[in-house]
Formats: sequence, structure tokens, C-alpha cells
Amino acid sequence: MVRLFGPLVGLFFAVALLWSFGNGAYTAITEPAAPTAEHEFHLHPKEVHFASDGAFGKFDKAQLQRGFQVYKEVCSTCHSMKHVAFRDLAALGYSEAEVKAIAKEWGAKQPTFDPKTGERAERDNIPSDYFPTVYYAGQGVPPDLSLITKARHDGGAYVHSLLTGYQEQPAELLKKFPDAKTPDGLYYNPYFANLNLAMPAPLTGEGQVTYSDGTKATVDQMATDVSAFLIWTAEPKLDKRKQTGWAVLGFLLVATVLAYLAKKNVWADKKGE
Amino acid sequence: MSFPWANEYKPANGLTQWLDEKLPLPRFVYNAVGAGYPVPRNLNYMWNFGVLAGFCLVLQIVTGVILAMHYAANAGVAFDSVEHIMRDVNWGWMLRYAHANGASAFFVVVYLHIFRGFFYSSYKAPREMIWLLGVVIFLLMMATAFMGYVLPWGQMSFWGAKVITGLFGAIPVVGEPLQVWLLGGYAPDNAALNRFFSLHFLLPFVIAGVIILHIWALHIPGSSNPTGVEVKQESDTVPFHPYYTAKDGFGLGIFLLIYCAVLFFAPNMLGHPDNYIPANPLSTPAHIVPEWYFWPFYAILRAFTSDFFFIPAKLMGVLAMFSAILVWFFLPWLDTSPVRSGHYRPLFRKFFWLLLIDVAVLGYCGGAPAAEPFVMISQIASMYYFLHFLVILPIVSSIEKPEPLPFSITEAVLGKDESAVLNANPAAA
Repeated sequence: MVRLFGPLVGLFFAVALLWSFGNGAYTAITEPAAPTAEHEFHLHPKEVHFASDGAFGKFDKAQLQRGFQVYKEVCSTCHSMKHVAFRDLAALGYSEAEVKAIAKEWGAKQPTFDPKTGERAERDNIPSDYFPTVYYAGQGVPPDLSLITKARHDGGAYVHSLLTGYQEQPAELLKKFPDAKTPDGLYYNPYFANLNLAMPAPLTGEGQVTYSDGTKATVDQMATDVSAFLIWTAEPKLDKRKQTGWAVLGFLLVATVLAYLAKKNVWADKKGE
Repeated sequence: MSFPWANEYKPANGLTQWLDEKLPLPRFVYNAVGAGYPVPRNLNYMWNFGVLAGFCLVLQIVTGVILAMHYAANAGVAFDSVEHIMRDVNWGWMLRYAHANGASAFFVVVYLHIFRGFFYSSYKAPREMIWLLGVVIFLLMMATAFMGYVLPWGQMSFWGAKVITGLFGAIPVVGEPLQVWLLGGYAPDNAALNRFFSLHFLLPFVIAGVIILHIWALHIPGSSNPTGVEVKQESDTVPFHPYYTAKDGFGLGIFLLIYCAVLFFAPNMLGHPDNYIPANPLSTPAHIVPEWYFWPFYAILRAFTSDFFFIPAKLMGVLAMFSAILVWFFLPWLDTSPVRSGHYRPLFRKFFWLLLIDVAVLGYCGGAPAAEPFVMISQIASMYYFLHFLVILPIVSSIEKPEPLPFSITEAVLGKDESAVLNANPAAA
């Protein structure tokens, strides 16, 4: 039965596929897919290196502090960071008192609700609070930044490229795709998936933030610092992970060598395996 | 059943003697994976992957049970509870990465185990039942992995669930009500997430049960081996312990080295970035792709782009995708060659490698966007896939002239076998 019906079933699928293939090929020849502006002008992230890259990479705490400053003074106007708590900032090298001060002075306050009176109010943030949600009424939906570098391919480099990639729409693009003109209220950026985004260039010029450690705040520097910071917010356990990884691999290497020797020893009296 | 020369379990002391009389569990283990199970002496490292698959299941259950202590299966908080695990639970990041990459490791190991079965025709009599149960385990694994991927409730979780449950909608007449019933709604939401979590917790234990049957069925004829020649005599075998416990121990070490390198240094390599974006029913990702281990079957699903007579393209795709696995159930009867091992089947061997390349091509196309040339390539590759199992294999096994087999495993290993000489020339005795 199997040998009778098997080939028939096989041929059935094969013919159906051939039919699909023929139709597809016919369409591909008669109506070739038109190129799109996204397809031709979208760019992959630039090559950017971070201290945390690679198997031996570790976070540069001074850079993370600078990046946090950029987030605080620029990004946090529109973007939330709901998975990060103020207490987490201790990992950037801030003391307990500094973390308390950062929380207290944070612009957006924690909303409170009194269940007895039904009154809504606000209070200052404390270290155990998560960063308060930012409500944005303008055009576009600023995504939460906690996980942004893990939610995009090549995340750190992507954020850096996006922040430094704003430019005039190329004339060549408009010539080839006259309908693809950037709409009013959107901004052209070849690193963004569909080339136009609602966020205007957030890093506008040198010295936009004043770094306390004396680092010169060029646009590129600020972009790199805030990208590094966002790598940390997405994967705060990165240092611990790699450190654990080396210990585990070291142990496993020794164990595997021993297992190999044990195996050789056990099999010594049997030729061939 | 076992071979007559199998070592017999002898309780060493009063306690084990007492236990052996009341509940002979140590005897059972001794006969199953101890010195009481004689195994062909010529198994190569491809025979390591059954044990590794068992290890992966245990790893998934242990990490999964702990993750379930911290995870909340509610569409409102599921995503956040996963981030809570990653950030606030002690070693939570390691557990989650171990579990997510553990699923991939499980599939790597099981695919190698299955292709080992293809090459050495492990499915042939008297081992058909082991093979059939193995296919059941694979189907259960796919269901479990799919539902597990939905739980973090990211964009790919949501849209993957929507696409896969949408497949049931392709069934004529009952399809749409069935889909609504399965999901508990018109789109994946809290009801779906909750039942997926419940089933994701249940199915691994079902898998464990079927694995017990799989191993039980294995112990009746005993393990196959690279020559495909059945065990004839004691010199063909060695006791499982210590010979294969030692060999599998080394294999496990190599496996763990690779697995941990990924876990600790590239834990998101096999995942999709979109799953770090919370599920949003109003925003469809540009490319909806499942996890890598489903890619070959996803390519087959998408290869059917035109209605075939009265059968809609989508239904054809669904039928083909399920048939692509169901066809494995019929392998023992499609491949009629009396020779098992691919080593002695020159023509079969060529087609085996072609199949391996074909599945790799299908996998690549399944992960690529649904655009040309990938659709056309996957159409050709899917065609070969079905023709391979259903047409080529039966023909090859009837026209092929196999190469001569060794007389016994002992001869294959040592180059000569005393009893072979005796059999050929009784006068020499």
C-alpha cells in the first residue's frame, strides 16, 4: 500500500509545486518586482566599537555615566526606560547618596494615588522606583529605550548610526522615486528601516551636554556614549555573564579532557570503536 | 530482551538485596543503561546524540520549572515578567538564556540524531517502532518549542502564534471555528497565552513518557550500529557501562563546551531582535519568521503560492508542511533495501547527501524574506524533498547493488573473525 500510494502522493506535491513555480516564474518575468526606495537607500549600521564588545569586553563605567547623562538631558524628554530602576545606576559606579540624589532630582515624578481620598498626586523618585513613564503627545511613538539595543540588529551600532545619520534626502533618491519624498514632519535617515522617522535629530551640536569628566562632547562622542549606555540598560548583567562564562568554560575544558582520558582508558583493551 | 551473554545484576550488599526483592529498580537501571546492556562495540560518535537529547530534555525541564516560578502567564505582564527574570531574579538571566538556547541545542542534537537514522537506515526492521516513536517525540518537541516561543509575548511570539494558529484556518469548513476554539478568541490574547503556558509545562513530561517507550522499544532488538550487520556473538558487543558511559561522557563534555560558549557569549545569536519588542497586535513585523529549527518546514509551507485545481494555496502549504514530517512515519516501508548502513549503499549514499543539502537550502529559504529568488528556490527544494522520500528512495532501494557486507561486527572492527572462518570452512575446526 505504502509503495503504491507513496509515489502518487510524492508526485501530487511535486506537480503542485511545479505549478506554483511556473506561475511564480511567469509573474517574475511579466511583472518584475519594482525596486523600492527602502530597498535601495537603506543602510546597515556603521561599524562602531564598544568597550563591551567581544568575549573579553567589559563596560566602561565612565562612558556609561556619560551616556546616562545624555539620556537624562536629551533622550528622556520623550523616551521612557521602564525596565531600569534608579537603584540599578549603582552599577555605573554611582554611590548610594548619588543614586538617591539622581532619583530625587529626576524631572518626571512618580504618580501616587490615595485609595482613601481618591486623590492623585506626585512624589519624588526614590532609588527603588523604576524610571517613570514619559508621556509624549507629539507625532510618532517614541519607543521605550530599556531594550532598544537588543530589539534591533546590531543594536549599539544601530543607535549610534541613527543618531548621527540624519541628512538631506539624496537628490538621486527623489529623481528615481519621485513619490518617496519625505513627508512633512518626518526626517530622512538612511539607517531607519523605512528611511523617514518622526524623531528630529536629537544630537544637534558639539557641547550639547557638558561632561563633568572633561570629555569633549562632540556629536559622535555623545552618540557613542549613549549607545554604550543603552547596551547596558538592555543587558545589565553582561559583565557578570562573560565572567561566569570563562569560569564555566574553564571547568568544562578540564572536565572534558578528563572525560577523554577516562574514555581512552576504558577502551584501551578494545580495538576499534 | 537481551543477549544471552549479558551481565547479570548481582546485588552487592544487604540493602540492594532487600531492594531487589521489593522493587528491582537498580536491576532495571543496570539492564537499561548499565553493565547489563550489551551494545555493539563499533558505535561511532553519531550514536552519542540520543543520550545528548535526553540530557537536553532534563536541562529544559530543570531550567523551565525554575523559570515558571518567576514567570507570569498574563498578556499584560508576561513580557515584563521575563525582564524581571533577566534583571532581578538571582541568576535569572542565566536560567533564561540556558532555556532559550537549550531549545536550540535540543533541536541541533535531535536533527543529528534523525539524520544519523536516515544514513544508517535505523528505521528498518526490527526497529520500526523505535523510529515511529521517535517521530512522535519530534512532533511533540515542535509543539512544545512553538508554544514556549510564544510565552515571552514579544512581537515574534505574538505574530508567530498568529501565523501558526492561522494554519488551522486553512482547513475547509471547520477551519475557522477550530482556530477560534484553539485560541480562545479571534486573535492570540490572554486566553491563548494561558493555555500555551499550561501545555508548554505539560508536554515535556509527555515527551519524557514517549522517550521511555522509545528506549523500551530500543532494548528489544538492541542498538543498531554503523555496519548495519546485526549482533551475532558476544565478541560483537561491549557492556554499555563502562564503555559507552565513558564515551558518552566525553561527548557530553564537547556538547556542553559548545552550548555554554553560545549561552555565555552569544546568547541572542539564534533569537530574533523583534522578540525584545513587546507584542503589539497593531504593528506587523516586516518579516515574520519562526525560530531557526522550523525554517525548513516554514519554507515548504510558503512554497505553495498558487491554488492547485480546487485546493487553495494555503491549504496545500499546510498539507505539505505536515506531510513533510508525516512521511517519516512511512520510511520503514518506503526503503526496501535489505542493507541498512549507507556505508554499503553507494547510490543511496549520494541521495542522502543530496537530501542533507536540500534541507539546508530549505532552511536558508525559510529564514529569508518571502521574496524571489527564495520562493522559487524553496519550490525546487520542496519538490526534491517529497520526491526523495516518496519516489527516489523506493526506486533506489530496488535497483541498487549494495557493496559486500562484513560477516560480523567483530570482523568489521578487527579485520578478521574466527567464527566467520569457522562458518566458511567447518573442516578447519
